[in-house]
Amino acid sequence: MTGKEYRTITDVKGPLVFLNKTEPVAFGEIVTLRLSNGTIKNGQVLDTSDDLVIVQVFEGTAKIDRQSGVTFMGDVFKLPVSTDLVGRILDGAGRPRDGGPEIVAEEKADIIGAAINPYSRQSPNDFIQTGVSAIDLCTSLVRGQKLPIFSASGLPHNDIALQIARQAKLKDSDEEFIVVFCAMGITAEEYNFFRSDLERTGALENAVLFVNLADDPAVERIITPRLALTAAEYLAFEKDYHVLVIYTDMTNYCDALRQIGAAREEVPGRRGYPGYMYTDLAMLYERAGIIKNKKGSITQFPILTMPGDDITHPIPDLSGYITEGQIVISRELHQQGIYPPINVLPSLSRLMGSCIGEKTTREDHKSVSDQMYAAYAQGRELRGLVAIVGEDALNERDKQLLDFSGVFEDKFLRQSRDEDRSIEETLDLCWTLMSAIDTKYLVRLDQKWIDKYHPDNRA
Amino acid sequence: MSNEGVIYRISGPVVTATGMNAAMYDVVRVGHEGLMGEVIELHGDKAVIQVYEDTSGIRPGEPVLNTEETLSVSLGPGLLTQIYDGIQRPLPTLEEEMGVFITRGVDADAFDLEKIWTFEPQVAKGDTITSGQVIGHVQETETIIHKIMIPPGKGGVVKSIESGDFNVTQTVCVLEDGTELQMMQKWPVRTPRPFQQKYAPETPLITGMRILDFLFPLAKGGAAGIPGPFGSGKTVTQQSLAKYSDAQLVVYIGCGERGNEMTEVLDEFPHLIDPNTGKPLMERTVMIANTSNMPVAAREASVYTGITIAEYFRDMGYDVALMADSTSRWAEAMREISSRLEEMPGEEGYPAYLSSRIAEFYERAGRVETLNGDDGSVTVIGAVSPPGGDISEPVSQGTLRIVKVFWGLDAGLARQRHFPAINWLNSYSLYPQSLDQWFRDNIAQDFPEIRTQISGLLQIESELQEIVQLVGSDALPSDQQLTLEVARMIREFFLQQNGFHDVDAYCDIHLQYQMAKAILSFQDAAKSAMASGAVLNDVVNVPARSDLMRGRFEKGYIDIIADMVKKMTDEIADTVEDN
Repeated sequence: MTGKEYRTITDVKGPLVFLNKTEPVAFGEIVTLRLSNGTIKNGQVLDTSDDLVIVQVFEGTAKIDRQSGVTFMGDVFKLPVSTDLVGRILDGAGRPRDGGPEIVAEEKADIIGAAINPYSRQSPNDFIQTGVSAIDLCTSLVRGQKLPIFSASGLPHNDIALQIARQAKLKDSDEEFIVVFCAMGITAEEYNFFRSDLERTGALENAVLFVNLADDPAVERIITPRLALTAAEYLAFEKDYHVLVIYTDMTNYCDALRQIGAAREEVPGRRGYPGYMYTDLAMLYERAGIIKNKKGSITQFPILTMPGDDITHPIPDLSGYITEGQIVISRELHQQGIYPPINVLPSLSRLMGSCIGEKTTREDHKSVSDQMYAAYAQGRELRGLVAIVGEDALNERDKQLLDFSGVFEDKFLRQSRDEDRSIEETLDLCWTLMSAIDTKYLVRLDQKWIDKYHPDNRA
Repeated sequence: MSNEGVIYRISGPVVTATGMNAAMYDVVRVGHEGLMGEVIELHGDKAVIQVYEDTSGIRPGEPVLNTEETLSVSLGPGLLTQIYDGIQRPLPTLEEEMGVFITRGVDADAFDLEKIWTFEPQVAKGDTITSGQVIGHVQETETIIHKIMIPPGKGGVVKSIESGDFNVTQTVCVLEDGTELQMMQKWPVRTPRPFQQKYAPETPLITGMRILDFLFPLAKGGAAGIPGPFGSGKTVTQQSLAKYSDAQLVVYIGCGERGNEMTEVLDEFPHLIDPNTGKPLMERTVMIANTSNMPVAAREASVYTGITIAEYFRDMGYDVALMADSTSRWAEAMREISSRLEEMPGEEGYPAYLSSRIAEFYERAGRVETLNGDDGSVTVIGAVSPPGGDISEPVSQGTLRIVKVFWGLDAGLARQRHFPAINWLNSYSLYPQSLDQWFRDNIAQDFPEIRTQISGLLQIESELQEIVQLVGSDALPSDQQLTLEVARMIREFFLQQNGFHDVDAYCDIHLQYQMAKAILSFQDAAKSAMASGAVLNDVVNVPARSDLMRGRFEKGYIDIIADMVKKMTDEIADTVEDN
C-alpha cells in the first residue's frame, strides 16, 4: 500500500525530519522522501502522534527542504529474503551493490527480529574448530555462540576474522558455514580486503555481504546489522544452514546510535552514548543461537575496536555483558611481531565448558588448557619481577615458567595466516611445549593425562 | 469518560492515550492487537502507558482499553516449576501460542486453570478465620505443601468448606457473608504483601559456599548485593546459590541477561538434586526469564513479579530466596522508560527516583511474622553489573546503601582463575553479630573466634604481600613466611571452590568449620615444629598436607578429615627429628 504524499515538513535536524498533521502513521513505518530534485530517500518513523511525526532518514538529510514530499509506505522495514541472497553483495540498506538483479523475495521478513523464547533455545555444545590454536585451546568457540573480537585500531583483527571464517568447521565434518558479512562504516580499502580474500578462497559464493562504507550515511548503519541478521535468521532457521555472522565495526554502529540520540535531544548516558545502548546491542547479539528442532544455527563474530585500547569504554563494556566471552587482541604482542596477537589472559569463552572434552575434542583439553593458561599467567607476572630483581634471583621453577611464557608466545600463539591446526595438533603442541617445565610444577594436569600424553611417556 | 480511549502518540515502548478514564498503574490493552501496558503517568486527559510488548506498526487512533486493574500476578497451586516472562506468562505456553520467536498480543494464564488439585481443609464449618489464615493444604510438589490462604483483607465465619479435588478457580470455601474463596488469588505486584511484623534475622542462609557461609554470612531474610564486572562470575555465583542454598523455595529472576544462559539453567535444573531434600531442584523453583532482547518494560516489571511470588510463599511460612540477575538491567529499563518520558535525569541519566526504587525493592526482603502467625522469610540476592567494574556508579551505590551483605567480585581474581572470585578484603557482612549465637549453638562454640582468626590471617597476608612485592619473600623472617603459607592455604584450600565439581560445589557447614580448623592446626603444628628447629620448607612439604588439601574433592571427606589432620600434624612434628 502506498499512501498520500505529504508536504508538511516543519523541521529538519541532523538525520531527523519532523512533520505536522498526517493521517495516523504507524510506529516504525517505512517512509519514502522525494526531494525537489527528484532524489528518493528512505527513512523510518521514530515517534508518531496526532500532531507530529519524527522520521529518521537513512541516507542523510542533505538537500531535504520543506517542499520535499513524504510518503508513508504502510509497513515496517522488511527485507526480501530468499536463498538467492547467497553469493550476493548488498549495500547497507539491502539494495544490490554488485550490479546484479533485485532479490526476488520468497518472503519478506521484519528486520527488527523477535526475541527467541529462552524456553525454545537449545544449549549450544558443538565445538567449532577454528584452526587457530589460541582460540581452540583457551576460548573454544561453540556453534550458536556470540564471541566478539575486542581489538583496537591498527591491529590485525580483520585477518583473524577472515582466517576464522575460512577455517571454521565442526570437528570431523566438512559441513561449511554460510558467512554473512556485515560492514558498518569501514573503509573501502578494508572492504576490498575482505571481498578479495573471500573471492580468492571461493568463499564469496557461500557468503552474503551487506556493506555500509565509511562514506555511506551513518544512520544507515543502524539497519545494516539488522538486515544481515534477518538474512542470517532466514538462512539458519528456514533453510537449515549454519551461519557465521561477522560484523565490523561495532564501534561505528554505536557511534551512529549516539548520533541519532543526540539529534533527538535524548538524555545521554556514559560518554554521550544513549542509555538504551545495552538493550539495542542485545537486540543484535541475542540473535545468535540454536533453536530446538531446527537444523541451522547462527554464530556471531562481532568485531569492535576499543577506543584508546580501553576495555572499560562503554562499547566493549556493554558488549562484554551480553556476549558469551571475548577474544582480546593485544597491541603488545602485535608489536612483538606475533600473529595472531591474541592475549589469552583476559579472553574468555563462557560456553567452553559445554563443548570440550572426551566426546567432542579430547579428554585432556580442559586440563591442558588450565595448565597452559596458569603457566603463561605466572610466567608473564614474573617478567615484571625480573625487571626489578634480575633473572638470577629466580628459583628453578620460576625460571622455567619465565622461559615458558616466551615459548608460549613464539611457538603456541604464533602461526601463519593460512595455518589450519587441528585440535589434536594444538593439544600435542601444548604437551611438547609444557615438557620444558618439570612435571612436578605442572600441578593442574591430572596424573592420568601426564601418563598418557606427556612426550616422556609417549616415546 | 469511558474506559476506552484512543492512542495519541507512540514513542518506542511508551504510548500516550487520550479520552480514557485512567488511574495510575492501571493495566491497559493497547491497539487492535491488545498489547499489554501499564499507565505510568497522567497529564490532564493524557495517560502515558508503558507497553510490555513491541509497538512497531501501531498507529495513533487505535483503541486503548482500560482493564481498571493494576498489574497483578496470579498466585496459587501450579506456580512451582514454572518459567515465566517478566509479566508472568509461561514461556512454554508462549511457545505453543506463537512459536519459537516471542511476538506479541498473546495472553496466557500463569498456570493451568483446569488442573485438578487435592484440597485438604485445615479449618471447619463455624470457625472464625481472619485475613491471611491458612484454610487448606495442597501437596503441590513432593517437597512443598502449598498452603491456601485467605487473601489479605478478607475473613469471617466459615459457612462451608469442602475437601476433595478442585481446580484453582472453583470455590472451596464459603463464608457466612457469602464470600466465596478459591485456591487462586491475585496480588498487585507493586504493593508489598502485608505481614504482622518484621523480626531481626537470626538464622543464616547456608549456601554451601565456604567464603560466603564462613566469612560473609547472609541471614535468612537479609539482602545481599553482588557487584562485579563481566566475566567475574556473577551468574555462576547466583546459580550456585539457587542450586545449593538451604532456602525452601527459590525464585530466580533472569532480568535482561543472556538467552543461552537461561536455557542452560532450564536444561540443568530439572536434573539437579537439592542437597537438602534429595528431590529435583526444579520442584522448589519458580523462574522468571526476561532476556536482554525481550521488551524493556516487561524487564522493569520482572523483579516485581518475582518478589511478589516470593512474598506469597513467605506468607505460608516458608524461607524463600530470591536471586535477581541482574538488577543493573532493571535499573537500565527504568532509565530507558524515564528518558522516553522526558523526565529530568539524575546521575548518569538514571531517574532521580532510582535509589528509592532500589531501596523499596530490597526492603521487601525480611523475616516476618506472617498474618497467620507463622515465621517466614524472603532473602534477596541481587547481582549488579557496574560499567567497567567501577562500583562508584549509581546502581551499585544505591544497592550498597541498603544491603547488609556485600560480596564484591573481582576481575583480577577471576583472571587468576580463583573462583568464586569474591574479594575477601573488601567484601563484608553486617550479620555476624546477630548470627553468631546460631553458629555457636549449631556448629561449634568457637565458630566466631575461628572465623576471626581466618580473616585476620588474610588481612595480615595482604600487608605482608606489600613488603614481598618490594623485597621478595625470602627476605622475610621465617614466622612471617609461615603466615604467608597459611594464608595461601586459606586461599587455595578454603576460599577457592569449584562450582562445577560434583563434590566440591557444595560444602557442608560443619565441614567448612573442620576445614578452617585444619588450617589453624597446620599453623599451630608448624609453629611449634619450627620453634624446635624444623625448617619451613620441610614443614610445608609434608605429604599428608597435600593429601588433606586434595581430600576435599572426595566424597566422605568429613568422616576422614580429622584423621588426615592428625596425620599431618604428626608428620610435621617428625620434621623436627629429621634435622
